Amino acid sequence: MANQNSPVREIEWIGSTVVARIAGDIDLNRSPQFQHSLLELLDRKPRRLIVNLADVKYMDSSGIASLVKLLSRTRKAGLVLRLAALNDQPRKAFEITLLDTAFEIFKTEMEALA
Amino acid sequence: MTFGPNMPISLRILSQPAHLPVVRAAVEKTCELLGFDAQTAGGIVLSVDEALANIIKHAYKCTEGKPIEIELAVDDVPGGRRLRIRLRDYGCHVDPSRIRSRDLHDIRPGGLGVHLMKNCMDSVDYQGAEGGGTLLTMTKNLPGSDKRG
Repeated sequence: MANQNSPVREIEWIGSTVVARIAGDIDLNRSPQFQHSLLELLDRKPRRLIVNLADVKYMDSSGIASLVKLLSRTRKAGLVLRLAALNDQPRKAFEITLLDTAFEIFKTEMEALA
Repeated sequence: MTFGPNMPISLRILSQPAHLPVVRAAVEKTCELLGFDAQTAGGIVLSVDEALANIIKHAYKCTEGKPIEIELAVDDVPGGRRLRIRLRDYGCHVDPSRIRSRDLHDIRPGGLGVHLMKNCMDSVDYQGAEGGGTLLTMTKNLPGSDKRG
C-alpha cells in the first residue's frame, strides 16, 4: 500500500508488470510527489509500468511533464510504459499538447495489461 | 446570472500551490453558472491554473506568500458577451515576447502551459502592470456569442 498522502494510491505487481493506481488532482502542488513516486518504482526494475489514471479528474501541465519524464526514463531503460483509463480533462490536455501520440494509452487497465 | 463588468468576482490568494484547487473550484462554478459546457469549462479552469502556476514558478520564483489577484467579469462585446479573466502579480516582469509555446514535436517535460492556455482561450494577453509585475488578461466568448469580440 502506498503512502496515504501520495497521489499513488495503490501499487500492484502482476509478474514483472507493476500497476500504479493514481488518485486525486495532479497539479503544481502534487506533481512533485507524483513524479518522485513513479520514478522510484522504476528502481524496482519492472519490465512494464502501467499508470492507471481512472481516479484522476484533473491534471495540469506539471503532471503531464512528470509523465513525459517517466516516458523518457522508461525508453532509456528499455521498459514499457502504458497509461490507462484517462478521464476527459487529462485526455483533452494530452490531445492539445499532441502527447496522446507519444504515449501508449488504453481505455482500461485490463486492456493495458493484455 | 447577474455578473457584469461592474460586478466582477475578485479573489486574492498567496503564491502557495496548495491554494490552486480553491481557485479552480471557483472558476469551474463560475463557468457552470455562465452556461459553458463541461469541456469548455475544463479548458478555462486549466488555463487559469496554468497561468497561476507560471506566476508562482516564474514571477515569484517559487517564493511562497506573495500576492496574486484574480478577477472574473463578463463584458458586453460586439456579437455577444465574453468572460474576461485577469491575473495580477507583483513579481518579476516577464517579457511578453519571451512567453510563447514551444515546439510540441520536441517531446520533453515543461513549456506546455502557454500552449494549453492559448488553445483553450479566445485571447491571452500579457502586459507589464503599473507599479511592477504583470497583468495577464484572458477572454472566452460566452456560449451563443460569435468570435467578433
